[in-house]
Amino acid sequence: MSTPSLLHRLYLRRDRGTLPIDAVIFGAVLAGLYALFGVGRVWLAPYTPAAEISRSPWSLPLYSMYSLARMGMAYVASLVFALVYAYIAARNKVAERLMIPCLDILQSIPVLSFLPGVMLAMVALFPGRQIGLELGSVLLIFTGQVWNLAFSFYASLKGLPRELMEASRTYRFGLWQRFYQLELPFGAIGLVWNSLMSVAGGWFFLMACEMFQLGNRDFRLPGLGSYLQTAANEGDTASILWGLAAMIIVILLLDQLLWRPLIAWAEKFKFELVESASAPHSAVLAWLARSPVLAWLERKVIAPAWEAANLRVARMEREARERPPEPPAAWQAAALRAVAIGAVVVVLYGVVRAGHSLMELTVSDVVALLRGAEATFLRVMAALAVGTLWTIPVGVAIGSRPRLAALAQPLAQIAASVPATALFPVVLLVLLRLGGGMGLAAILLMLLGTQWYLLFNIIAGAQAIPTDLKEAATVYRFSGWERWRLLILPGIFPYLVTGLVTAAGGAWNASIVAEYFRFQGRVMSTPGLGSTISHATDSGNFQLLLASTMVMAAVVVTVNRLLWRRLYRLAQTRYQLG
Amino acid sequence: MAQPEPIIEARDVEQFYVQQDGHRTQILSPTSMAIAPGQIVALLGASGCGKSTLLRILSGLARPAAGEVLWHGKPARGQQLNVGIVFQSFALFPWLSVIENVEAPLKARGIGAFDRRKRALRILDTVGLDGFEKAYPKELSGGMRQRVGFARGLVVEPEVLFMDEPFSALDVLTAETLRGELLELWSSRKIPTNAIFIVTHNIDEAVELADRVIVLAHRPAHIHDDFLVGMPHPRDHKSPRFLELVDHVYKVLTLPDETHVLPAAHAAEQEKHAPLPHARPGGIAGLVEILGDRGGSDDLYHLAEELAMDLDDLLPIVEAATLLGFVEVVEGDARLSASGRAYAEASIDQRKQIFREAALERVALLRHIQSALRSKNDHALPAEFFRDILDERFSDEEAHRQFQTALDWGRYAEIFEYDSGSDRLTLQDTLTPAP
Repeated sequence: MSTPSLLHRLYLRRDRGTLPIDAVIFGAVLAGLYALFGVGRVWLAPYTPAAEISRSPWSLPLYSMYSLARMGMAYVASLVFALVYAYIAARNKVAERLMIPCLDILQSIPVLSFLPGVMLAMVALFPGRQIGLELGSVLLIFTGQVWNLAFSFYASLKGLPRELMEASRTYRFGLWQRFYQLELPFGAIGLVWNSLMSVAGGWFFLMACEMFQLGNRDFRLPGLGSYLQTAANEGDTASILWGLAAMIIVILLLDQLLWRPLIAWAEKFKFELVESASAPHSAVLAWLARSPVLAWLERKVIAPAWEAANLRVARMEREARERPPEPPAAWQAAALRAVAIGAVVVVLYGVVRAGHSLMELTVSDVVALLRGAEATFLRVMAALAVGTLWTIPVGVAIGSRPRLAALAQPLAQIAASVPATALFPVVLLVLLRLGGGMGLAAILLMLLGTQWYLLFNIIAGAQAIPTDLKEAATVYRFSGWERWRLLILPGIFPYLVTGLVTAAGGAWNASIVAEYFRFQGRVMSTPGLGSTISHATDSGNFQLLLASTMVMAAVVVTVNRLLWRRLYRLAQTRYQLG
Repeated sequence: MAQPEPIIEARDVEQFYVQQDGHRTQILSPTSMAIAPGQIVALLGASGCGKSTLLRILSGLARPAAGEVLWHGKPARGQQLNVGIVFQSFALFPWLSVIENVEAPLKARGIGAFDRRKRALRILDTVGLDGFEKAYPKELSGGMRQRVGFARGLVVEPEVLFMDEPFSALDVLTAETLRGELLELWSSRKIPTNAIFIVTHNIDEAVELADRVIVLAHRPAHIHDDFLVGMPHPRDHKSPRFLELVDHVYKVLTLPDETHVLPAAHAAEQEKHAPLPHARPGGIAGLVEILGDRGGSDDLYHLAEELAMDLDDLLPIVEAATLLGFVEVVEGDARLSASGRAYAEASIDQRKQIFREAALERVALLRHIQSALRSKNDHALPAEFFRDILDERFSDEEAHRQFQTALDWGRYAEIFEYDSGSDRLTLQDTLTPAP
């Protein structure tokens, strides 16, 4: 797992004047959002039966199942899509030039900014039925997870050692055999770690979806998120505690029964030819490996079926290869060109219509929009600053003590998985009792959601500082301050930047939920871009919704380019250790 | 002997890249070469000079920018070449066990599970990895990993086995062991491939393994030299011919602007191969005496008639006498030389002396036996030792006869003693005077 290097590679590759492609993609996103919101606009007076969320602890197992089911569906869809997307991008030069910038931008746009629009659209498409909302939540989670996974697999495909590829070509591996014997195993470890992170992020979005309410419109879905929100709404402390307990149990179970075994199993795919002394272990995996039933299944059922399927595929591929290649029919090329032109026309049309629509905004609207953007931006920076202040000392302390690190890392992973959005209603309750405002609550929520990424990365960074540099610092008797200034801070800098990027993305996402929230019968909001988006949806101001969503996307991507990418380059050139 | 049809042939293949400004970077100049069956070919050159590029073009992994590659006379482009390839870094799949790695190419060819396992186990046995089927590459040492690489390359029974610096990543002793095993498998034909093409930067390795060495000079890469080694296996790294070849290659590589001529194998080497005519010292003495009686020369036919011998039976004796320098044959006449005349008129002791001198001077085999015996502390060696050497050059029966003749001459000339009981030869440094 090496998020710093994965993201490094993306950012360094992209610096070759891709502005025209970016513009195209932005145009496409604008047109897409216009279409999406247009659908939602059709819906005028809804009748979504308000979801009855029970507060009884006995409904918790059921609600947990619902939440897990949504996560599961979204994850499987993300994985399959990501594998296909990454494979095409890695193996086709033409596609790559479009697909990777696309991935970059879509990865940066805060998913929750679509939340109101997507929910509206889905309800419009499937009026009066629960399925619209369910699909909407799955779609949102999918959007949040897929780009990370796609990029991980793409990076590993690009990084395949040349000699292994040559061996597979010389020995006539078909595409399928190469995929499951070489490409997929090589990318397995990256996929496992990124799945862990993506699913953690997915919980964040899922909880936000489940408790979504706008004005007097109720988009809630039965699940853990809505349970906690309902309980907090009524001030029912006991239920809140039950809900929190349930969530933690679910996260723990997932960790022990799914992620730990997967990580231990993925050790098999490590591309090091040295036996690692500290390989991760999983009791569950060991138990599964010893199970006689599973062994019998594998031997008698799975292995023969797999073998037969592979031979069949190999034979089909061989026959396809032996057939003389037909020259591509003229009509195929013409059709492809027609489709491409058609797509461009549609996008242009969408952009033009969207532009017209946006012109209907009043000046005061625009001013409010920009002020809101500024406010949210400041909040995000504040959250990052506070987070950095406490995670750096703690992270370095943990990272420098290996035994402590071995203990803390799994805990940090679990903590990162606990969705801050689920905690938000609870936080709000506490804050209201203490007398704080929504502005503070927003910052707190952003902090809660994102500080774990910072901690995580800083621990990794502290661990990565080479021992000989530390020894040199001791021999030359660096003072405490000098040690920090000359060794530790520069050493963790690349990891810090990675953590900041992820944290910033999470903070922007949190702002949508945090700045405009319906609680205890009233709408609580604080001026900001997130609240503008939610308010626009609530009041049906379609143009404002489109404009504010685009502004948020543009701000995040611009900050990415201007700030984070510069910092990355700095990290890569001046602060790279070895 | 007609040249066997080459398996792979490259005709004017080139590799270059055209930069954005139109400038061409030439990696490989137009090169033509062929790989024939039954040969080990070594491609030698400094690091980074394009040898790997040429290997990849020949094996079908890379397409040349110009020129074409033929597989059995037909363009290689549309065909599936039956080759195997062994890499410097082993290129094993870490997540597959040894047997899974070896079976993978068979799987690609659609061979069923049972047959795959059988073939894989057989080839693993051949390379000496019996018992390691279920091991994973990270559990194996470097030498064993490369054996897996060999097994994988050979399991498809390739027509050509390509090797890209296969021993460079191994320590010296392991590399030597593997080289020796490769040669043994090749010589005993246990290796199911028709030709081996090895790329290396190690001159010693190339001269030790290859039947044919191609030297690549660089900037841009081109064939600078292409010669046959012509030594039987196993080759002694310290033998003069070996050192000569290494030296030659070294000069070619370090002084590429001069032309270097490969020195021909020494006459002495060729002499050693000359068979002894089967004649006894007594017969030689008799011939010389008769010729002396006839005034020093006589017609061969006449001589044969007079002696009531077939010319065929007389000829070996004449040849032997010629070899020893006692007789010259000029236009069908046998003529005594000066030393022959001296021999005819000498006493028995003197004759032995003259014979011994002539034998040591002009018969390489006897010289060789003498120096071998001298090199030992006890000046004795089993006769088997010399029989083995003769075995290499002659058929069983002929080798036996050759050895008998050499034994006769050596004993007569008192170069050595032979004890038939222990089958040992012992050096005799001086002549014992006749009683």
